[in-house]
Amino acid sequence: MKQIFTVANKEFHDGLRNRWLVSITLIFALLSIGLTYFGAAASGEVGVASLSTTVASLASLAVFLIPLIALLLSYDSFVGEQESGTLLLLLTYPLSKSQLLLGKFIGQGGIIALATLLGFGASAVLLYFQQGDTDIFSAFALFIFTAILLGLSFTAISYLISLSVNEKSKAAGFALIIWFLFALAFDLALLALLVGVEDGVSQQGLTQLMMLNPADIFRLVNLAGLDSSAVNGALAAAINASLSQGQLILALVAWVILPLTLAIIIFKKKTL
Amino acid sequence: MNNPIVSLVDAGKSYAKLDALQSMTMTLGEGEVLGLFGHNGAGKTTMMKLILGVISPTRGQVEVMGMAPDSKEAWHCRSKVGYLPENVSFYEQLTGLEVLTYFAKLKGFSKKEAVDLLEQVGITYAMKRQVKTYSKGMRQRLGLAQAFIGEPRLLLLDEPTVGLDPIATRDFYTTVDQLKSNGSSVILCSHVLPGVEQHIDRVMILSRGQLLAMGTLSELRQQAALPVTIKPSGLNGALAANTKLNGFLSSSCQQTLMVPEQEKLMVLKELLSLDGLNDINVEAANLEQVYQHFLSQYELSLDEKKSPKDNGGQG
Repeated sequence: MKQIFTVANKEFHDGLRNRWLVSITLIFALLSIGLTYFGAAASGEVGVASLSTTVASLASLAVFLIPLIALLLSYDSFVGEQESGTLLLLLTYPLSKSQLLLGKFIGQGGIIALATLLGFGASAVLLYFQQGDTDIFSAFALFIFTAILLGLSFTAISYLISLSVNEKSKAAGFALIIWFLFALAFDLALLALLVGVEDGVSQQGLTQLMMLNPADIFRLVNLAGLDSSAVNGALAAAINASLSQGQLILALVAWVILPLTLAIIIFKKKTL
Repeated sequence: MNNPIVSLVDAGKSYAKLDALQSMTMTLGEGEVLGLFGHNGAGKTTMMKLILGVISPTRGQVEVMGMAPDSKEAWHCRSKVGYLPENVSFYEQLTGLEVLTYFAKLKGFSKKEAVDLLEQVGITYAMKRQVKTYSKGMRQRLGLAQAFIGEPRLLLLDEPTVGLDPIATRDFYTTVDQLKSNGSSVILCSHVLPGVEQHIDRVMILSRGQLLAMGTLSELRQQAALPVTIKPSGLNGALAANTKLNGFLSSSCQQTLMVPEQEKLMVLKELLSLDGLNDINVEAANLEQVYQHFLSQYELSLDEKKSPKDNGGQG
């Protein structure tokens, strides 16, 4: 446990030192405050948008940004240390592979989680001062919680990448591809399936397919609870047949634990 | 040596297509310094990894402090083993002190030990600077400080003197001697370097995953039967005239005698009896020559193995 903490501490401080925490927090805060104030502009109003519109816009933004940031932060965690030789050295220490991996996960996950909390929390606080409505906190709590899970999920996925390749540049390439697949291509494919193939997939089937993508699960959790007027796009169709919120969150948690477990297995089999 | 720190019994490692290390047997006792020599790809690093427990042997047994180093039980022994990898670049954005504190903590020590170690390797003045500003020698010192964490009972050092200036090299060898007198065992892995001889007890020569020779330097000298170089001065023509001596004259230099070990005393006595001798310089074959000898013998034996096959093919 002490070993995990030592590694986590080091990774967390790396995140502070490299200004990751500051920049991610700033990006999230600026975007969310901007969306909170001007989100309604699209529907012709100026001023603070409705809560559901705000959360809907934030969710559709976060679904692109958070995976990208998590992948950027962690894609070289292992392959980078492998290239510089410190990975081999660390493995000669009284430190097991799973301790090292979990330590890194806690440290880097901590950076993502804290930045998400601070960045999006800022706009929640701002909204509260504007409107004095306590509903804001419950809506944002769910959003921030699932956003953190999404970030952790992609941190775990980037470990999978980092442990499966032997060159940093390859890891960067794969990270980009993974991001593209999960954040963009997957939805386009679903849309094509929905529109292009008649009776190709039922609503039930669509929801099940969406469980294969943590980004879509995140979207479903956050959009399901809102007025459908604030939700548009192809995925709105799936919402009606959606699973319960608890089940969706469990699915998202599974998307954290499964890649992490798989990463540990790959790490254990990896020879240096 | 009733309790060897390291023992390999027929241990070897193969990868899918490559015999990285053929089966070999060796032991390393307490307070012993072993020099492990060989070209790149000779199996030095593989052997170190086996001893460190980072990889498991494909055959045979490896024991470090009485336990298989890749097993769970050996876990606590790991803080008693120090390792300096050949190619390591520490976290560039961290300061030297931060790097060393991280590694010290992972071995169960604190920042205080890290500071002491930095002082020992002589980079206290730079410990608050980021590692990316360090010169190659400073990085190497940091690596050594890392290997010395917790007064290890076993040290494995891969190319420890690369990038060190002569003074730092001397300091390094002093540290090795100190560790040795404290009972630590050391494996020095290196290309053959001048100056390493007096600090090592035994030599192991590897090539292409095979053990070519192992023993103390004088044992290896005997095995290799390399001549002793004797350089008398002040004799001029007397050497060539002396029938007992002129047979040993080196073909390249008229003032140098190349004498087999067993004839050395006879030749020296003869030389001392000559008038006009004002100085004499006796030099046994050095490590480098011994190393070259075993390596070229090995190459020859490979060629011999090959040639019958070639003949068969032609016939």
